[in-house]
Amino acid sequence: MGFGEAWGLALALVLEADRDLLEIVGLSLRVSLAATAIACLIGLPLGALLAATRFPGRGALLILVNALMGLPPVVVGLVVYLSLSRAGPLGFLGLLYTPAAMIIAQTVLITPITAALSRQVLETLHDEYDPQFRSFGLTRRQTIGALLIDGRFALATVALAGFGRAIAEVGAVMIVGGNIDHLTRVMTTAIALETSKGDLALALALGIVLLALALTVNAAVYGLRAGAMRAAHA
Amino acid sequence: MHDTGMPPRILSVAPPPSPFLPMRARGLALAPRGQRLLGPIDLTLRAGAITVIMGHNGAGKSLLLQALHGLLRPDAGEIRWGDLPPAEARRGQAMVFQSPILLRRTVAANIDFALRAVGRRDVKARRAALLAQAGLTARATQAARRLSGGEQQRLALVRALATDPRVLFLDEPTASLDPAATAAIEALVRTAHDSGIKIIFVTHDIGQARRLADEVVFLQEGQITEHTGVDEFFQSPKSDAARAYLHGRLPGS
Repeated sequence: MGFGEAWGLALALVLEADRDLLEIVGLSLRVSLAATAIACLIGLPLGALLAATRFPGRGALLILVNALMGLPPVVVGLVVYLSLSRAGPLGFLGLLYTPAAMIIAQTVLITPITAALSRQVLETLHDEYDPQFRSFGLTRRQTIGALLIDGRFALATVALAGFGRAIAEVGAVMIVGGNIDHLTRVMTTAIALETSKGDLALALALGIVLLALALTVNAAVYGLRAGAMRAAHA
Repeated sequence: MHDTGMPPRILSVAPPPSPFLPMRARGLALAPRGQRLLGPIDLTLRAGAITVIMGHNGAGKSLLLQALHGLLRPDAGEIRWGDLPPAEARRGQAMVFQSPILLRRTVAANIDFALRAVGRRDVKARRAALLAQAGLTARATQAARRLSGGEQQRLALVRALATDPRVLFLDEPTASLDPAATAAIEALVRTAHDSGIKIIFVTHDIGQARRLADEVVFLQEGQITEHTGVDEFFQSPKSDAARAYLHGRLPGS
């Protein structure tokens, strides 16, 4: 198949909303959105807690969380695989090679990202609010709640960063999902497989969708910033 | 008496008794990393008087205010509010900062936040009253940080009042405001004072001290050099530092 021909077929797949293509894109979105949601539920309050409190060992913990941002997806995949495999501690759940396993792996991958990035943005906010909050005599819980609310625009961009990382990674979902057709095949694993098979059309079509998603995410980040500035909420 | 053209203020009624007052600070000192910035300070503040703290830049005015409010932990000495245990005394205090620290929310939500922080239930009614007091009723749904400087500080002030303080600290709240906005803040402060709230006000605006103060605490290099009634302070300041200040000279010149 020639290069031009592959592009033509790819565009046709996208424009015709090919069923296989839609199924793969749909699963990708479901897995990565779920992972992003769970990672935010854990990571954002954790980031706010790290931003708002001082305790011995905090510096070391921050270094650790920041380092975990760069976790290699294949390593995450391997660790989650070992945990979920039949002999592993969570083997009884029977989750290996299911979308749930993929969600778990991506959650592990991006929770440090949401925690570390939210800590950064909320620490700036906390430094600004701290005298007033201490004057109000707020509890730690009230402080964290207020930081999460007032940092909402910045935190939305943090969530988008996590989602961008999840939807684009291939190593973790490949290992724990297995790239099973109609079951655990997502965009990145399909691209890897189709490329190695020489079926460039589907790979390219998925690549186009993935790029479009990346563009959309970045446009959303940009739009959020502009909106926050306009509303004087940034 | 006052020579500001304003009628002299006479306490026609005895100040309402407050469990918070008198405030007694004994041997109060701030010395981070061994470097003494404030004190040792002995200071007694009574009810019913607006206390204005004055002094040159760096004299320790803001440090004293923050220590009294409990935002800075003193390295020595103690502060007692009436006979109240510290935690209880803390709940009856509020502070307005030089640059207002407003939440990234609407005007109304800023007030609601303070009301909820102290567990008020009648949020709607109290909010309406406070917005009216600040002249911000028409701005209720606007982003707080979009207000003008004067409006922001009025909001910060009524938000502090939302916590029902018995003691209100103000740290140069009008330092960056124009005369009209300053007058609006001073009017709110006077109303708060008239309702029985103890006012402790830091300023380096001599005219403002004349307009507001019943008594002046003058600080010089972290020490109190004078603590007298306002007329005495302006007519016959005892310390060289205060005289220099009133004449617009740098300390020691």
